[in-house]
Amino acid sequence: MLLLIFILPLLASLAVAFSGKALSKWVAFGSSLVTLAVTLLLYSNFHADAAFVKEWKHSWVASQNLNFYVVVDGFSIWLLLLTNFLMPLILLATFKKEIKKANAFYALVLFMQFGLNGVFLSWNGLQYYIFWELALLPIYFIVWLWSEEADKAVRTRTAFKFFIYTLAGSLFMLFGFMYLFSKSPSLDLQDLYQISLNSNEQIILFACFFIAFAVKIPVFPFHTWQADTYRVAPTAGTMLLSGIMLKMGTYSLIRWLVPIFPDGAAFWTPYILVLCAIGIVYGAIIAIRQDNLKNLLAYSSLSHVGLIAAGAFVLTREGFNGSLAQMLAHGINVVGVFFIAEIILNRTGQLSIDTLGGIRSVAPRFFTLSLIVVLASVALPTTNAFIGEFLLLFSLYQYNTWLAVVAGTSVILGAVYMLRMVKKVFLGNVSNRTQSFADLNWSETVVFVALIAVIFVLGLYPKLIFDTAQPVFETILQTASR
Amino acid sequence: MKTLTYTSFLGIFCLVAELLNLRKLLIPLVVLGLVVIGGLTYADLNAESASYFHDMLRTDKFSVSFSLLLLLITALIVSLGQNFFKEDPSKLSDYIAIIIFALCGGIAMVSFANMAMFYIGIEILSISFYILAGTNKKDVKSNEAAMKYFLMGSFASGILLMGITLIYGASGSFNLGDISLYATARNADAIFFIGIILILIGLLFKVSAAPFHFWAPDVYEGSPMLMTALMSTLGKVASFAAFYRLFSICFSISYDTYGWVLSVLIALTILIGNFSALRQESFKRILAFSGVTNAGFMLMAISSIYGKMEGPLFFYGLSYSLATIGAFAVALYVSSVTKSDKIEAFNGLAYKRPLLSALLIFAMFSIAGIPPFAGFFAKYFLFAEALKSGHFWLVLFAIVNSIISVYYYFKVVFALFAKSEQTFEETPSPVYVAVALVAVALLIIAGVAPGLFMPF
Repeated sequence: MLLLIFILPLLASLAVAFSGKALSKWVAFGSSLVTLAVTLLLYSNFHADAAFVKEWKHSWVASQNLNFYVVVDGFSIWLLLLTNFLMPLILLATFKKEIKKANAFYALVLFMQFGLNGVFLSWNGLQYYIFWELALLPIYFIVWLWSEEADKAVRTRTAFKFFIYTLAGSLFMLFGFMYLFSKSPSLDLQDLYQISLNSNEQIILFACFFIAFAVKIPVFPFHTWQADTYRVAPTAGTMLLSGIMLKMGTYSLIRWLVPIFPDGAAFWTPYILVLCAIGIVYGAIIAIRQDNLKNLLAYSSLSHVGLIAAGAFVLTREGFNGSLAQMLAHGINVVGVFFIAEIILNRTGQLSIDTLGGIRSVAPRFFTLSLIVVLASVALPTTNAFIGEFLLLFSLYQYNTWLAVVAGTSVILGAVYMLRMVKKVFLGNVSNRTQSFADLNWSETVVFVALIAVIFVLGLYPKLIFDTAQPVFETILQTASR
Repeated sequence: MKTLTYTSFLGIFCLVAELLNLRKLLIPLVVLGLVVIGGLTYADLNAESASYFHDMLRTDKFSVSFSLLLLLITALIVSLGQNFFKEDPSKLSDYIAIIIFALCGGIAMVSFANMAMFYIGIEILSISFYILAGTNKKDVKSNEAAMKYFLMGSFASGILLMGITLIYGASGSFNLGDISLYATARNADAIFFIGIILILIGLLFKVSAAPFHFWAPDVYEGSPMLMTALMSTLGKVASFAAFYRLFSICFSISYDTYGWVLSVLIALTILIGNFSALRQESFKRILAFSGVTNAGFMLMAISSIYGKMEGPLFFYGLSYSLATIGAFAVALYVSSVTKSDKIEAFNGLAYKRPLLSALLIFAMFSIAGIPPFAGFFAKYFLFAEALKSGHFWLVLFAIVNSIISVYYYFKVVFALFAKSEQTFEETPSPVYVAVALVAVALLIIAGVAPGLFMPF
């Protein structure tokens, strides 16, 4: 069952690539539902036993002591659930759209799901690295070839900038793995958790790994690819990037970076926390000034993930818990808000918020559902983001009061730019661009309802998350304090 | 040994084939012959090592596996010839025979046990290449390439021979075992080390490493495209195998004397290859300079002589050759349609010929070292092993450079999707498609299950 989670998307991807154009979206959607069902089935094990672990190991290259090793535990199951829950919704969000070469597009999306699931399941360093790259390739082509940007040169340049940034970052990580392999019997995670390196080695290797993750997340000042890429990418691509792909980075901070290099973490943590705090405030301030809706959301995302990354470095239970809760919340909410942008783009043909307005009166259902998603993303209590944000700010406060004060401004600034956006887009007078704005159809409504249901479930009962993740975090904290 | 014998007979058969009026069947027969020889050779993979001709040749796991690789490369390239020589069929058997003779040289280069055999192998390979570079007789550039290659190549051979002479002068033997004994037994003479340096220079020329790489881009650009493919795969793999065999058997004990020179030259080679490739407009020149960079990477196998480098070197040679052949198979089609080897010639191919474009993209990804293609594991094995031998800075430098190299490999990928008037209406010859498919399929298989291709 463990293997099914990533073999299914791979097979589906191949099937879709060779299927007809009209059929492809249904095959893709169907397979993503099956994968979700398998993931839920796997999750049901955790009800009986919160410390449930399932693994599958097979020798890959014997002469290099390389194993193919997949493990699911109470931490990674949540990222798998996030990925496989969002995937059908992201596919559903594209249903109303004419997509050229649809079968190639859906094949790439499913291939990316294969890579993402592989990243969250991998327990061997090199295998993890390969899946990390496999997730990058399809999204590069999606951003480049299915972009809605008119200027072809801009597309090529933006997509390539994104690609080269992330690849450059991850090659440093590859170097790190090679070095670890020269010091350790194998690259299996439990061997790496026991590796002993002197503090100079740890400081350098920590930096190598951190660059890879920081580019992906992105942490200030490695974020310069982000806003352009989010704007240029087709919205499904933006959702994949912001909803799931950046979680690869934040997940890896907790799973790979902090426990393997405790001394490196101790050395770098103050600097990284400052960078995160800068990113939080900087992203929020820039978001206030944006006119393009996708740019606004990109910078708001930069602000949010800064906080998630900070939580991983505080090295407390609350920090990890908050980080995980906020990863899930951000994944769901950011897909929601980008879906709002997608609907607006489809119906009005542009994303400049100054020229919109009055959508509330022509499309009340769209307005109501959007408002819930927006309020969740500014962390209103009872929604999912509130729990995470509270825990993260609390753990930052324990670390350093002033850091928490600075990071806390993001709550206020977040409300400022999001509510300003709501005001300009939905309220006010109907403009000639929005007067014929159609309300939601069934597939769009389904996406919103599914997202909102999860927003409230996790907002009202976050214990679900913490129960299963707790044993894993205990182990990681122990390893990190060795 | 039997590999070498049978291959020589196959070469002679090619020459006779013209008399027997077998022109149409020649290429299928030769490919079949290569496959049969490959099968016979494969049977020896796990056999005891044995020596022949008074210890001139020795077959062992190293020689058998590299012979297999050379046979594979040659079979793929000879298949491509089916279409390539269509316009001038009268010389077909000569050209194929010379290619097979080059292969004989290559096989001698991977299985020698004596300096004389080593030198003869290199010369058989090189002289065949001098001729093949000039096979496009009506083209000035091809003539220039042959002349340039011949002059510079024979000069390098001279230096190599001088080195061998000095080694003989110091040790009193051509036999690799005796030379190795001499180097370990007592303090070697100064001329022994001068000999090593001269041999090093000669071999660095043959593998086109900086600062002896200047011939490569010109020769690659001027030669007919199929010959460029042959030189950059067969020539490179055979030279590296010979390089490694010689240095790991005889000179590893003296590593301290030349190690630092080699490390500096590796860094230089990688850097020069990369930065020269960035500005190139011609597909052949990009691959030529990428060949220089890759030579730099492969040289790391020579400079980590204490590590177990046969496996990584073999795997790197395999993945580099397959990717290059795959890319050239597509380029052969494009240049047959557009009559140009510029990067712009590929513009718009993705919309008209999606399969060929996908294969070219995969080949480029593999050379760039992106998983799941074999090129990734090739780089990983090589770098990881080099790191174990303590080349921390060299590996870091190589990794930074492989980020830079992504740019020029992607230039080709960008071109595929660019706008163009070219319609690519001619259907590609099935041979080109088949060879590219086989090469890329092997790249993916070797990338997913690298263990299958690691005989050591």
